[in-house]
Amino acid sequence: MKFAFSVAKRFLGYNKGQTIMIMVGIAIGVSVQIFIGLLITGLQESLIDKTVGSTPHITITQQDELSFYDFEVKNDEFTAVVYQAEGPAFAISESDDASVLLRGLSEDGDKLYKLSDKLVEGKMPSLKNDVIVGLGLQEKLNLDINDVLTLRTISNQTVDVKVVGIVDLKVDSINNSWVLSTLPTAQSLFSIDDEITSIAIQVKDVFTADTLSEELKSEITVSDLKVINWKEQNEDLLSGLNGQSISSIMIQVFVLISVVLGIASVLAITVLQKSKQIGILKAMGIPDNTASLIFLFQGLILGVYGAILGVLFGLGLILSFTTFARNPDGTALIPINFDLQFILFSGSIAILSALIASFIPAARSKKLSPIEVIRNG
Amino acid sequence: MDNIVEIRNIKKIYGDKVKTQVLFDLNLSIEKGSFNSIIGQSGSGKSTLLNILGTLDRPTDGEIVINGVNTKSMNANQLAKLRNETLGFIFQFHYLLPEFTALENVLMPYRIMGKKIDDKVMERANELIELVGLSKVKNNLATQMSGGQQQRTAIARSLMNNPSIILADEPTGNLDSDTTEQIYDLMRKINKKYNTTFIIITHDQHVAEKTDRIIEVKDGRIIMDVRRNND
Ligand SMILES: Nc1ncnc2c1ncn2[C@@H]1O[C@H](COP(=O)(O)OP(=O)(O)O)[C@@H](O)[C@H]1O
Ligand SMILES: [Mg+2]
Repeated sequence: MKFAFSVAKRFLGYNKGQTIMIMVGIAIGVSVQIFIGLLITGLQESLIDKTVGSTPHITITQQDELSFYDFEVKNDEFTAVVYQAEGPAFAISESDDASVLLRGLSEDGDKLYKLSDKLVEGKMPSLKNDVIVGLGLQEKLNLDINDVLTLRTISNQTVDVKVVGIVDLKVDSINNSWVLSTLPTAQSLFSIDDEITSIAIQVKDVFTADTLSEELKSEITVSDLKVINWKEQNEDLLSGLNGQSISSIMIQVFVLISVVLGIASVLAITVLQKSKQIGILKAMGIPDNTASLIFLFQGLILGVYGAILGVLFGLGLILSFTTFARNPDGTALIPINFDLQFILFSGSIAILSALIASFIPAARSKKLSPIEVIRNG
Repeated sequence: MDNIVEIRNIKKIYGDKVKTQVLFDLNLSIEKGSFNSIIGQSGSGKSTLLNILGTLDRPTDGEIVINGVNTKSMNANQLAKLRNETLGFIFQFHYLLPEFTALENVLMPYRIMGKKIDDKVMERANELIELVGLSKVKNNLATQMSGGQQQRTAIARSLMNNPSIILADEPTGNLDSDTTEQIYDLMRKINKKYNTTFIIITHDQHVAEKTDRIIEVKDGRIIMDVRRNND
């Protein structure tokens, strides 16, 4: 073992140029794999975050969109549970009027919709009859902070509310129509004291939303409730992500195959280069297994160094990418998560493939008979 | 005297379709501690015989007994161990490992045994290097030595595991006559000092005449076998 290892080391050290070339070859493969893998994962995560980062992952509503008595929803996987009461209303300011959607949110509302982050002016509603309005609506109705707005429901209920904040909800149709308040404000305007119209839930891992949603369905005892999750509503996105994952895996597999073929062919050449040495060693009495171990160790050493080098290259690539590819506001274009597990996985795959690639030369070395070398000089 | 090597009815036939018989029913006994030469024309079968003797090649038929052990039923790994422990080889080409220094090449048979290299072993290797007169170049890579130095390194290497038999196939075939003389004197010295058995193939009549026994091979048969006393 030790003997084979030290001979392998010496052989590699003697042909430095060749050794470095194979290591760099492996390293490039590993770094491309790490770069593409992390990039696509980052891309997908940011896409998912943009899509469902500040929207409900699971929503509970009444079948006929009427209100229902609230009940407690609990699960360790839920990060935010928002009880909501919403309905259409007519908003009248001093200068103009508009059709709006009033939505009253319970405590977790800010957490789920990330409203504080989207506030362009003012503060979050905390008192009864405080509201925040969308940016478009604020412009149309020419509202300022602390202005009073009159809301009238279809059933002609009216209430005067105070604008305490303006939010940019990023989507025009929402910006032009949303008025947000605390839950009691909306409940009293719509005269549904203890009732709500929906429950919005965010979960820790967005991809478990469908199973959690199924669990919820079976737990809910109230009849006529409808539970839907984001996956049902975003099938196109999901199939897009899936396609991306598959192409990312394809790229990685092909990179891997080319690395394996590269190592295998170079090692196959070295076994020819070293066949004289192997023959001499066999004449001096190394067992056949030791002869093949020498090449397995060469593969292993090349794999380990190539992988380490590749991980460093890959991290360098990712680092420079995150440093240079930035949005105008200075945030990363694609936020990348340095997934240690994936990085180690890529490195281990490279080591394993280098080892597999060295099986062929190892087998040839095992078969080589000393007499061939001695007879042919 | 004890026989250290015995071959019985050795045949060697090369080729599957076109068969060429190279050795014909050879029988030979070599005495322990003797200094022997094999001569004969090129193509007569000397190397084939020596390689079979050294278990590097298998005979088509016949038996080889080394140190009282019949090699016929031994597998490749058992033969490798036997070679490592009891046989030393010196070839026409030095066959040193170019990746290693002279000293490391000399130590190689010992390392192949899988034992740890301690001070005593190191001392022995240095002694052998001293014996072949290479102390100055012992840390040179094999490729950084002259032909004579390389061959002397190969001799030192063949002695490392204290083998009972050394097989040499035209060990001076590539060397000038002065160096040839030195190498033979060296082998003779080793033969006397360690009582190592030598079987040396040579085409040099002058060299052969200095050995204890001359075996002449012609067309795969032993046609002459003379013992002499040249002390
Ligand atoms: N692998 C082989 N296949 C066929 N013939 C061979 C092979 N090796 C040697 N020979 C033949 O065997 C004969 C003896 O060769 P060899 O033992 O090398 O002779 P020597 O060493 O006396 O010059 C030669 O005729 C040679 O051509
Ligand atoms: Mg020959």
